Amino acid sequence: MTEYAFGLNTFGDLAFQDDGTPLNGAETLRQVVKEAKVADMLKIDMFALGEHHRSEFAISSPEIVLGAIAQATSRIRLGTAVTVLSSDDPVRVYERFATLHALANGREEIMLGRGSFTESFPLFGYDLADYDALFVEKNKLWDKLRHGAKVTNKGDFTTALDNVQVYPMLPKGESIPTTLAVGGSPDSILRAVTYNYPVVIAIIGGDPKRFRPYVDLYNKATTEFKRPRLPLGMHAHGIVLEDAARATEVGWKYIKAEMDRIGIDRGWAPMTRERFEFEIDQGAYYVGTPADVAAKIARNMQALDMQRFDLVYGTGGQLVSDRMATIDNYGTKVIPRVREILAGAEPQDVAPRAHAVTDAGTPATGAAATDDQAPAGDAND
Amino acid sequence: MTRPVIGILGAGKLGTTLARLSVHAGYPTLIGSRKPVADLKWVVDVLAPGAETVTAAELTDRADIVILAIPLSQIPALDPTDFAGKIVLDAANYWADVDGSTNTFSSLTEGSSEVTQRLLSQSLVAKAFNHMGYHDLEIEVTRHPSARSAMAFATDHDAIRPAVTELITALGFAPLDLGPLRFGLLLEPGSPLFGLAEPVPAFKEALANVYDSPFGRHIIAARGGKIQ
Repeated sequence: MTEYAFGLNTFGDLAFQDDGTPLNGAETLRQVVKEAKVADMLKIDMFALGEHHRSEFAISSPEIVLGAIAQATSRIRLGTAVTVLSSDDPVRVYERFATLHALANGREEIMLGRGSFTESFPLFGYDLADYDALFVEKNKLWDKLRHGAKVTNKGDFTTALDNVQVYPMLPKGESIPTTLAVGGSPDSILRAVTYNYPVVIAIIGGDPKRFRPYVDLYNKATTEFKRPRLPLGMHAHGIVLEDAARATEVGWKYIKAEMDRIGIDRGWAPMTRERFEFEIDQGAYYVGTPADVAAKIARNMQALDMQRFDLVYGTGGQLVSDRMATIDNYGTKVIPRVREILAGAEPQDVAPRAHAVTDAGTPATGAAATDDQAPAGDAND
Repeated sequence: MTRPVIGILGAGKLGTTLARLSVHAGYPTLIGSRKPVADLKWVVDVLAPGAETVTAAELTDRADIVILAIPLSQIPALDPTDFAGKIVLDAANYWADVDGSTNTFSSLTEGSSEVTQRLLSQSLVAKAFNHMGYHDLEIEVTRHPSARSAMAFATDHDAIRPAVTELITALGFAPLDLGPLRFGLLLEPGSPLFGLAEPVPAFKEALANVYDSPFGRHIIAARGGKIQ
């Protein structure tokens, strides 16, 4: 049986009371801790926080929030999505995660990303011109640090270390689980395979199946580099409400607003209604009823041969009750249904079930990729 | 009629995406980057099957149309003689994450493709494929089956307009000729046209209103008026 994992992600988007009163950053942070507790009770596998340094989001220090969540939960895994290692000090990052490792009894996970937002670079005194070099060098150091052993390092952007032990030490044989977040860069996929990191692809726009070439590249790279094939996953925005029309309207109000705000900074045009509806119908948004969202998640996980799905909830803020409803529906209805669909499509010892979803019967082959080769083929972005 | 050979310089997000579109449209497609062919070939074989991985030198030698899908800051390092006589489609944009916090390449009085044309003085440069995000390119080919998305271009060379128009059309977009290369500035980051993936009427509407935007006002301030 394949192991699947389902998570929730948030950037700590400033939320709203049900009467429309905005929550401030402090209130939003406490709300996120409450939401994590609910996610834990609902047996959701993972709760992961993004690091941002801008007005829309309350979370700039995810590990501190995760430390609080660790004390309020018992089983859910606690992650980042993502830690912008390039503009951080890998030694300090180790210290924070090793601390979290202790407080969360090993439930932590770090997800490294180059960061599609770049506010952290000027804030911490880094030059964006070094964007690539910073990521490459700090990744290399992180890969030594995460095992908790003594470290020797020499680099252009990191401190020279000569056989130095960083504290707190990890229990013998333990390390900090590390995943690499990938946008659309082929080199990022190759880097993940080189370091033996599982991959989560941010699929925030367009038909998710257009990412099939990157999955194929990952698989090919594991053969080329003689590395194990680790779980692949995706991260995507969603709103799950019993009333599909209402889910769409919440999305149109909040997801669009957030995309447009970010677009202003990046020079993107505002999202049109037509594009928004395309994202729900055929694209990357998981907005609708539990049944619709479950079917879509399962379909795309199968098409991309993925074992992990992280739903970004509360995008653009949203009312507290809608955030909670999404979490509740995701935990109680969507995840169980997706697991059911995926299990139904697994190869059986006996004859395959007749009702197995059509293109689900042949996971991992290139068939899915070539079939929808209407030159399928972002984001950020 | 034999189709021109398309050479895509750069094998990142944009280069591999354009390579897929080019192969799909039936063009002989070459792709190359700074990486050795041995390191790049198996990657391209997965991401853009059908495209031929070559060295940058072989690419400029064999291609009829070269598409620049490389960081803007790498353009000054190109050898103009390699590109002499070629049609060069410049898809590069100033992007802080890649090119650094300050744009030292181009300005509001000389757009980035004008600089590229000045550097590649023996080439026939057009600005094209720059205003739509790589992540949108393949979506847009299929999203409006009845109304293709506009792909704007600009060039000083009337002789290459038919070839540019044909390639943009074959790749699945509706070509929109903005005229001389200086008008390409209107497609650069910061402009309301940048990132725009819309059918022609919506694109033309945004174009008509471009000087009402902060970017348009910056152009007027920098140049003492609209682009003439």
